[in-house]
Amino acid sequence: MLLFVVFTAGPVLSSLYMSFTDIRSRDLRSPFAVGFVGFENYAHVLADDTFRQTAFNTAYFVIIGVPLTLGIALASALALDKGITKFRTLFRVGYYTPVVTSIVAVAVVWRFLLREDVGLVNNVLAVFGVQGPDWLGSTTWAMPSLIVMASWRNFGTAMIIFLAGLQSVPVMLQEAAAIDGASAWQRFRHITLPLLRPTMLFVMVTTVIGYLQFFEEPFVMTAGGPLGTTTSMSMFTYQQFGFGNYGFASAAAYVLFVVIVCLSAMQFRFFKSNT
Amino acid sequence: MLNTKRSATSKWLLYTVVTLGFIAVITPFVWMVLGSVKPEGELLRVPPTWWPEKVTFDNYRELFSKGIFPRSFFNSTLIAVVVTTANIAFCSMVGYALAKLSFRGKKLVFGLVMGTLMIPGMVTLVPLFVLVANLGLVDTYPGLMLPFLVTPFGVFLMRQFIIELPDDLLDAGRIDGASELRIFRQIILPLCGPGVATLGILTFLSSWNSFLWPLVVAQTQEHYTLPVALALFSKNQQVTPNYGLLLAGATVVVVPVLIVFLIFQRRFIEGIATTGIK
Repeated sequence: MLLFVVFTAGPVLSSLYMSFTDIRSRDLRSPFAVGFVGFENYAHVLADDTFRQTAFNTAYFVIIGVPLTLGIALASALALDKGITKFRTLFRVGYYTPVVTSIVAVAVVWRFLLREDVGLVNNVLAVFGVQGPDWLGSTTWAMPSLIVMASWRNFGTAMIIFLAGLQSVPVMLQEAAAIDGASAWQRFRHITLPLLRPTMLFVMVTTVIGYLQFFEEPFVMTAGGPLGTTTSMSMFTYQQFGFGNYGFASAAAYVLFVVIVCLSAMQFRFFKSNT
Repeated sequence: MLNTKRSATSKWLLYTVVTLGFIAVITPFVWMVLGSVKPEGELLRVPPTWWPEKVTFDNYRELFSKGIFPRSFFNSTLIAVVVTTANIAFCSMVGYALAKLSFRGKKLVFGLVMGTLMIPGMVTLVPLFVLVANLGLVDTYPGLMLPFLVTPFGVFLMRQFIIELPDDLLDAGRIDGASELRIFRQIILPLCGPGVATLGILTFLSSWNSFLWPLVVAQTQEHYTLPVALALFSKNQQVTPNYGLLLAGATVVVVPVLIVFLIFQRRFIEGIATTGIK
């Protein structure tokens, strides 16, 4: 309990305080020399062009990445829940595998897969007569590449939770609707989907929270480039921290935190009002 | 049943799609392992060879003979084992207290745990680092481990598990005059098997894979963990990467985890499905 208070709850509060000060790394030895600067850090963070770019990049990642991940997850959960009877465990385990592996390691592998000349992706495309770009070196394609990789790595979690949610959809309802002549799509749209709503909410909130903080992928694969097009807010915070601007970094982290809280609250609202 | 009505063709189509998806998901791993035993020349050939023409373990030999990988492997293992053991011990205690005992401020404590569960690691990074720096623990094993010895996730998981156990068992113990500690050790813990197993596996994996904190705290090669070593190694090779070595490094990071996962996959997936958090 003590450990918990010291290492988890304590830092949350002290980071809030630090974000209002001009603390820098050299102040570690003399904590009382730190000046209180009010909202100055926040003003600087919000006015910072690099920060704005990273905010845009993060939004891009979340807005495209979350629906893509959830879409794949829901589709595979539906397929594994009803259609597939043989090898179901094999598919489930296979789809889930990327989730348990280190992001750093898979990012290293993907960097190789996405190489322009010798990468597997472009060589497969070449079989179909498509000339693939230099995925990670292009300002247009670097971010979509990261998004696809993140979806590949993360959809397994959402899939498992969807599968658990689908178990709670009563077969009787489905059968009744089928007898009434509802098509597979109608059954999905009007029975399965509404009943999955709580699951959907949960999965969506956790995925959004996770994606808002994406860090390892650009760190390993692109180092935030090309031209800063894949630098995330987390990376920005990390870089500022690396420069020793602790107060500034804390403020940036809190902006991210506030975004996370607001978005989560909005999603709860949205889903509540629709039920 | 509904699915019996489905025609044979659509079923066949579904299997094809699911299998293709399966191949797409698994390929990067297969590619990683196969690539790690190819000589560098073959690795960079266009078009790429699928099966290695010449199997070589040079990459692994080089990886483990010089450089930081053996040390990092040891560090990652040590940290994961200590963190997992501590989490099992502490989280089950806190979880027990929160589930079955009544004390002042219980609601507050639980609220605090749930609250911090939501807070992203990035927010606490700076102050946590300052705290650890003030304790003089930067670049030490305690510095790497301490913040993770009790995690809110673990406490939550154990509380959820213990709260399901029947109160009668505890009361029976109390009537027989057992102390709280004894009740915990001899009644609660033995019944917690599945919960402890889930917690243990999840903690081991998240510790093994964790990156941000070791990246910040480990400042010399002596304390690098595997992901940190791999990431920095790959960063230093941005210009002319030695992909054979990188793929071998990635394999070393991924394969132990894959083995653990495949052995315990059932428990694992159940754990995810019930708690909903990875």
